Amino acid sequence: MQRSEADSTAASFKAFLQKSSSRSDRNLYDHLVLLLVKIMDERPHDAVDVLEDMSLELKRAVFKDTQSSLREHVTASAGELLAEHQLLLFKQAQDFNHEDPTVETGFPNVNETAFYLEQAGVGLGREETQRIQLALKLLVESQGLPRCRLWGKILGTESSYIIAEAEYAEGDGEQSADEDLQEEEEEESGTQESETEPVPRSTYTHPPMVPKEAVGTGANKCFYFVCNEPGLPWVKLPSVSPAQITAARSICKAFTGQLDSPVLSYPPFPGKEANYLRAQIARISAGTQVSPSGFYQAVEEEGEDEEETGRDQCQVNPEFEGVSSFEMAQSLSSWVHHIQHILKQGRCTWVNPAMKVEEDSIEEAEAAEKDERPDEPEPEYGPPLLTNLSQDAELFHTPPWSLRLSSTITPQHAVAVLRSNLWPGAFAFSNGKRFENIYVGWGLKYTGPGYSPCVPPPPQQEYPSGPEVTEMVDPSVEEEEEMRMALEEQQEVQQESEEEEEDEEDDN
Amino acid sequence: MDSNSLSHCLEVVASSGCVLTLEERTALQTSLVILKKNYKFQRVLFWGKILGLQQDYFVAQGRGEDEMRDRKSLYSLNCLDWLLLPSVTDAMVEEVSKSAQGRFRGDPSFVYEHKVSKQEEKVYKVTEEKRLAVTVHQIDEEASVVPRGAFIRSPSGPVQINRSFGGLSESEAKRLENFMHFRESKNLPREKQQKAEWTPAIDFLDVLSEDIPKGSWSLQFECARRVCVLRSLLWLGLTFCHVPMTPQHGYVYIGLGMKNRDLPFML
Repeated sequence: MQRSEADSTAASFKAFLQKSSSRSDRNLYDHLVLLLVKIMDERPHDAVDVLEDMSLELKRAVFKDTQSSLREHVTASAGELLAEHQLLLFKQAQDFNHEDPTVETGFPNVNETAFYLEQAGVGLGREETQRIQLALKLLVESQGLPRCRLWGKILGTESSYIIAEAEYAEGDGEQSADEDLQEEEEEESGTQESETEPVPRSTYTHPPMVPKEAVGTGANKCFYFVCNEPGLPWVKLPSVSPAQITAARSICKAFTGQLDSPVLSYPPFPGKEANYLRAQIARISAGTQVSPSGFYQAVEEEGEDEEETGRDQCQVNPEFEGVSSFEMAQSLSSWVHHIQHILKQGRCTWVNPAMKVEEDSIEEAEAAEKDERPDEPEPEYGPPLLTNLSQDAELFHTPPWSLRLSSTITPQHAVAVLRSNLWPGAFAFSNGKRFENIYVGWGLKYTGPGYSPCVPPPPQQEYPSGPEVTEMVDPSVEEEEEMRMALEEQQEVQQESEEEEEDEEDDN
Repeated sequence: MDSNSLSHCLEVVASSGCVLTLEERTALQTSLVILKKNYKFQRVLFWGKILGLQQDYFVAQGRGEDEMRDRKSLYSLNCLDWLLLPSVTDAMVEEVSKSAQGRFRGDPSFVYEHKVSKQEEKVYKVTEEKRLAVTVHQIDEEASVVPRGAFIRSPSGPVQINRSFGGLSESEAKRLENFMHFRESKNLPREKQQKAEWTPAIDFLDVLSEDIPKGSWSLQFECARRVCVLRSLLWLGLTFCHVPMTPQHGYVYIGLGMKNRDLPFML
């Protein structure tokens, strides 16, 4: 046993020795054989000391044919391809003569933000940040965006996403033609027409669809561009629908890094990874984008204060003085959310999905509003815009936010750092007048002890009753006998009438 | 990662999102040198950072003669004062797994209590310090990564750094079989070695591609595709980086310190 193991080890080592080198055409085995043969022939003095020289001489003496008739096909490696893309980042724009450095541009000063974020303990590395800054500049120029912001980075299993956020310019209501997969697939099952008995139709009606929010409002207030690496082209993400947000809330899937890969989950997600990414971005923004209290103020509107469900607009407060970072780090009430909370429905403003169905009769709609029918969906309310963080609910016994100063040794120059515990990876910092939010993480919510998938709905209780499937009592012997008699009589009568007809025909 | 190449390695690992602040880095550089002298370690590694609700724990690991067996872990709350973590026993692992729930609080003397409220009126109590020690040990067991060839085991037993490790080539770094766990081998030794260049001195560790579930490691090339980065999905926050064709490699854990039990759903 041991001998065969030793043999196989020796054989594999000999094979290793005979492997030819990648740089020249030699292999160690042959070279050692030649060297030993040479020493055997020449018998030099102090052979062990001149060994290296002899070896070198042997290598030089062999004639090497470096010209081979086959040339190696060099394929560009992934690094080289990316480097070509990234070279474009450094090229100046065509009309750089007209670029006035004093004019305010749309792309943010990511390097400055990164400096503060580094003190907060989050960042992407200085070179990567520089590349992202140049990529954002290219994005703003190519798309003509008024303003854009680095939203963050979501890590994936094969590749990651770098995400930029941009707001719609006023009056820019594009209705992008999304893939409306939901509407098409909601047909009743089993409606095939066949020559045999038709399959019973299902009486399942899908719950009414919650309409999508208009572009520029609610969860679709901003739109997003993603790319895998800075330098690669930016791809615009489609707008999000409430069904996608509701589905994203009940699944826990990692991102792969390819925008068109399917999202296989239960409950089934209506869309591809691009839609899932957009839904997660919407949820993270609604949950973790915060600003110092007072930076934004509510837009003042005239009238209709009674039926207001929630403000959906806020604007920058020009009189914001800035709060010192020491104060910001003291309590959570000095921070507020400036993105609307997403309701359970999946939208920011509540819409009764059943209202859309009853378009004909206005009276019914009015009646529906007045009555409180038990199956009528109740309107949902969320916390209004600009609520402060001390009102946030905690999840799984952990407080939703962790707040501290970035440095205990030099608190005079420290920044206030806010870290989210519900979405690990969401950070915000504030330094007097400046503040910024960023997300770097896997794009998943904190699930506490673990994610439990939702249970499939119970199966349909009753099969729709019809004459084919209703149970009947089996007929007794007497009843059967009666039926048989009646049937026989009928047949006799029929035969007689047929004979009569034939007779009449014969006569005619 | 080795404290000698700390700043360079951190720059590379930063693509996972977590960096150390400048203040922390400089404090680490100073205090790790002192730590090495006091404990007489051969080398000191910065193991990582566990984020707690109120405070974060910084963990360092010192290595002695035998890299595998002479390992001591230390923790600190401010990168300056280091305290030795207790060594982990099976009983401690069991206690921690029963009682510790939720996030790390940030207070090493915090006591987790778990009452088994059935027939036995036992209360399992465990301090956060023990939980930290067990977590560090578990992460090392399940998610530590070294490239193949970086460590050799001499026939007499001790595991040491391979001085002539030149780094994996670009094509080798793309394959998960060339990365191994730095722990006592758990898999049964296979009879037939599949690789032609199998050497017992190098291939004594478990390979990452044998991990269950498949897909729990994400292998990417970051930093303009020059650096090979491995991220674990089982322990979210563990990042390993290696620059091909150089002997630089290292791993660091910056995260919540909780195992990702949702991994089967995520894949």
